[in-house]
Amino acid sequence: MSKPQMKKRPPMKKGVLKRLLGILFREYRAQLLAVVVCVAVVAVASTIASLFMNRFLLLMEDALAGGGWESIRAEVLKNLLIMVIIYAMGWLASFLYTRLMAIVTQSFLNKTRQKMFSVMETLPLRYFDTHPHGDIMSYYTNDIDTLRELISRSLPQILNSGLILILLTYNMLTLSIWMALVIGVGVIGMIFVTKIVGGNSAKFFLKQQKSIAKTEGFIEEMMHGQKVVKVFCHEEAGEKDFDAVNDQLCRDATSANRFANILMPIMGNIGNILYVLIAFVGGLLVMLGAPNLSLSGQAMTFAVVLPFLGIARQFTNNVSQVSQQMNAIVMAMAGANRVFELLDQKPEVDEGYVTLVNAKEVDGEIVESRERTGMWAWKHPHSADGSVTYTKLAGDVRIENMDFGYVPEKLVLRDITLYAEPGQKVAFVGATGAGKTTITNLINRFYDIDDGKIRYDGININKIKKADLRRSLGVVLQDTNLFTGTVMENIRYGKLNATDEECIAAAKLAHADDFITRLPEGYNTMLTANGTNLSQGQRQLISIARAAVADPPVMILDEATSSIDTRTEALVQKGMDALMKGRTVFVIAHRLSTVRNSDVIMVLEQGRIIERGSHEKLIEEKGKYYQLYTGAFELE
Amino acid sequence: MIKTLAKSIREYKTSSILTPLFVSLEVVIECLIPWLTAKMVSAVSAEVEKGGEGGLGIIVRFGLLLVLLAALSLTFGVLSGHFCAIASCGFAKNLRHDLYVSVQGFSFSNMDKFSTSGLVTRLTTDVTNVQMAYMMLIRTAVRCPFMLVFALIMAIGISPKMSLAFAVIIPALALGLFFIIRNAHPIFKSVFKKYDRLNESVQENVHGIRVVKAYVREEHEQKKFADASEEVTADFTRAEKLLALNSPLMQFCFNAVMLMVCFFGTQLVVKTNQAELAIPEISALLTYGAQILMSLMMVSMIIVTVVMSGASAARIAEVLNEQSAIVNPPHAIKEVADGSIIFNNVNFRYSEKAGKNALSDINLYIASGETVGIIGGTGAGKTSLIQLISRLYDVSGGSVMVGGVDVREYDLEALRNEVSVVLQKNVLFSGTIKENLRWGDPDATDEEMVRICRLAQAHEFVSSFPKGYDTYIEQGGTNVSGGQKQRLCIARALLKKPKILILDDSTSAVDTKTDALIRKAFAEEIPDTTKIIIAQRVASVEHADKIVVMDGGRIESVGTHEELLRKSPIYREVYESQTQGVSENE
Repeated sequence: MSKPQMKKRPPMKKGVLKRLLGILFREYRAQLLAVVVCVAVVAVASTIASLFMNRFLLLMEDALAGGGWESIRAEVLKNLLIMVIIYAMGWLASFLYTRLMAIVTQSFLNKTRQKMFSVMETLPLRYFDTHPHGDIMSYYTNDIDTLRELISRSLPQILNSGLILILLTYNMLTLSIWMALVIGVGVIGMIFVTKIVGGNSAKFFLKQQKSIAKTEGFIEEMMHGQKVVKVFCHEEAGEKDFDAVNDQLCRDATSANRFANILMPIMGNIGNILYVLIAFVGGLLVMLGAPNLSLSGQAMTFAVVLPFLGIARQFTNNVSQVSQQMNAIVMAMAGANRVFELLDQKPEVDEGYVTLVNAKEVDGEIVESRERTGMWAWKHPHSADGSVTYTKLAGDVRIENMDFGYVPEKLVLRDITLYAEPGQKVAFVGATGAGKTTITNLINRFYDIDDGKIRYDGININKIKKADLRRSLGVVLQDTNLFTGTVMENIRYGKLNATDEECIAAAKLAHADDFITRLPEGYNTMLTANGTNLSQGQRQLISIARAAVADPPVMILDEATSSIDTRTEALVQKGMDALMKGRTVFVIAHRLSTVRNSDVIMVLEQGRIIERGSHEKLIEEKGKYYQLYTGAFELE
Repeated sequence: MIKTLAKSIREYKTSSILTPLFVSLEVVIECLIPWLTAKMVSAVSAEVEKGGEGGLGIIVRFGLLLVLLAALSLTFGVLSGHFCAIASCGFAKNLRHDLYVSVQGFSFSNMDKFSTSGLVTRLTTDVTNVQMAYMMLIRTAVRCPFMLVFALIMAIGISPKMSLAFAVIIPALALGLFFIIRNAHPIFKSVFKKYDRLNESVQENVHGIRVVKAYVREEHEQKKFADASEEVTADFTRAEKLLALNSPLMQFCFNAVMLMVCFFGTQLVVKTNQAELAIPEISALLTYGAQILMSLMMVSMIIVTVVMSGASAARIAEVLNEQSAIVNPPHAIKEVADGSIIFNNVNFRYSEKAGKNALSDINLYIASGETVGIIGGTGAGKTSLIQLISRLYDVSGGSVMVGGVDVREYDLEALRNEVSVVLQKNVLFSGTIKENLRWGDPDATDEEMVRICRLAQAHEFVSSFPKGYDTYIEQGGTNVSGGQKQRLCIARALLKKPKILILDDSTSAVDTKTDALIRKAFAEEIPDTTKIIIAQRVASVEHADKIVVMDGGRIESVGTHEELLRKSPIYREVYESQTQGVSENE
């Protein structure tokens, strides 16, 4: 029955790996070059053993042939010393590159995370409307994790193994081309198997990812609705649905893991067979006294065959190391693709050039001021003649013939015209979906209007810099969003440099001081997870205080008191009245008692203003507002 | 804890036993191969030195044996991988199932104890962690120590003297690994917590983006996030740097074994003229050395994984061991006689630890078929009161009777089917509107659904959707408005045809007129159902047979609208605050 929201998987773009590596090498050129050098040293150190083995064996054969231990001692010690030196370099190089990689990985992830967050913060609201929140979250968790795996583990591993394979090939050719061919055949077999097993494995892993997303979606939904499940005794039906998704996940996970699990023994045992084959072929060649073909020109002896056993093992180990990284690479590419998709999102456009500045009046002229004066003005540069004019920030909002739709095909607001003079209280009333919240979203330019004009103090808001426009508007929303931090910090969110006294004064104004001081640690009480330790009403009071401390000339109250019961609201009302005094206020409320004392009430229906006027006037007109207000009495 | 979790293995017990069995066989054979190879080479070289002709025969004999062993090892390896996948994924499936079932048995008070996100984490991340650990336990954790011991035995078998090299290196490596884990583990533990917090802050920003933008706090948030991210990075780097020591340490040990074997081995071979150690055995020794050290490394990884998953296992066990606070009585009554409700000296607190009663001294009688309004401020106890009726919580003192019987004597399902509650925090589930409505009655016909939706004033907007009743509701009901959602929730509850219907502030997002229409339909269409309406608006309750005014967990007064206007100051205050304008104007 369920169709959980799938993680959006953007079409895989080409060049993801190239782009990723490009960024890495651009930003960490020096470190990565050092890493490559170090890895090369490590590779040399770890492959050199087979050549020395060969040398020791030759020495031993000499000694056994007559000379005894004394005859080769000096030579053995010399070779050992060289080995120790090479190994020591290997340890140092290994230490350096793993450390460098740890630093590079963490630094890259840190930068990427911050870049993602910065981009996210600049995205228009439309982005958040159209992307499931869980999906946005998984950029920061799953996708970043796949990148960590790739950079810190897979890339160095592949580089390391690749270099080792090349060096081993050289070593093999030095010793015996015939034997090298035997290993070559074995490796082709391994690649073949990797392709079959590994290719399927990646497919199953992606399938498993989808199943996981589906199961998690189901779990999330049911856990959130658990109380409803109880009320409807829907437990058993839910269990049946859950078992269906759960079983599917189990099947996909088993397939994926089975392939991953058997890859290791297969690879390992091809290695074993190769080991045996080398001993077999080598023994045969030595016994038959077959002529050897090699770069070093050595004859075919056990001094050649025995090091090959070690080489065979090392070779197959490294091939299987690389093949094991394949799943990680497939997953990381999918993750990187999604991360890039976020980074490539277009930020909210802001072509505004009118800014908000501190101002003071000198001889009746408004001039810009450096310090906070309590008076604000719009600084309006005119490109035509290069002059700058200042307009006092007053809070005069005029909307003329405005149309708007969230999607082009469907207009939500039609032909809206309204004037709000400084200090006026304008209320919007109407059924859910009539477009009340939308109007306020347009005033602070969360969305851009399709047609018509909005003027703020006579300036078209498209000309005003968005940040400055929003700074001049205080907003209290129905869904209060508080942030992790103390109550004080949450109130201070409205004005970052507000003193404790200012914050407390704002809380008192919003009637929040009373309950805050009764919290275990008063204003220093930590709020977590959107303030779940507070009631919805208490959260609304804090968000009112937050807006109060910002002290903006224009306020938008969108169902700001909907969860505060009418009795408390009556108490808050006094504070609200004080808060609204001298400001232009837009109020949205279901509860008509909240909007009654507005200067103008706009009644909205399906995106149009159908009635406007004061409470008294609208009641007298006995229109829609009257019906809404007295609906209950009417019906009888 | 382990016992609790182990119960979920069930049908995967066979696979769970077969996996380590095959792994052990694989290891034994794998360890035999280098030894046999060395034997073969030695035999051949001895034959060559003797100048004998039996070399080919020896090679073929040994070769075939070795290939057979490799094939066996492959078979066992593949089998162990196969059974391991079945066992671990199956175990995870059973764990998830058991957790889910366990949560289904939870009463409201159990649910309050675990947060929703806590339960989700247990069912997802925690189960995955345990699955990983289980996979390691039945496979790698068998393979590695076994390999370690067996390879060591083989090495000693070849040359006890040379094996002394391992006696030096193994403790050195073990000590080094222990040091790294010991230091890195606490850092990881704390950094994961910080990491969680970082992600929480992202979540906060995603949910609160309107507030961030409205207050122009993008830069402020960026700075906050950057600080948190830097902190996580610093800690992670510290931990990773420690772990980075692993690889040079391993290399050092490998190399040390190599050097010792080369030096002492050469000496031993030459001095004893291959009596104590033959040349081919040197390469066998090196192979065992690699196997031993690798195994040791893996053992350390297993320890880390298992220890880290311990916390997850504990969290899972906590849910599995949770006893439901509300269970069916032994001889449960399955029939609810009528919709009458009696509260008898009821006291209620949410948990033993709660300092304050949520409800005190509640005495109330509601006759079957009555309409009762409940009004009162936030925290007055309205929701607590109605949750006792369908026994979502148990009373702390006194009793609640439905249809003349104590609710604790009913079969839970029977009781809840007759007492339908529309919760304040209500949700629709992803699925079509029809599917959602059928929660109320799985066998409801289309006509019935339309009739009920008319009652709940939902039919009009539902039929305005292009797909009507087959419209797909997104997760969380995001594609219908708040008022529409509430009306669908009411319809869903009505479809149960309950004897008692409770609306807990369920029309707050519905406009006044629709609200009135719903109440009117209730009065006309389901007159025999007891209706309890919690509301903020006086208009929603004023025509009820009885209005209960609640304050501070107590019933302040009960009466009709007119009576309460006279005797209840709270009611009067609320009423006046909501109706002033009208009375002035009429």
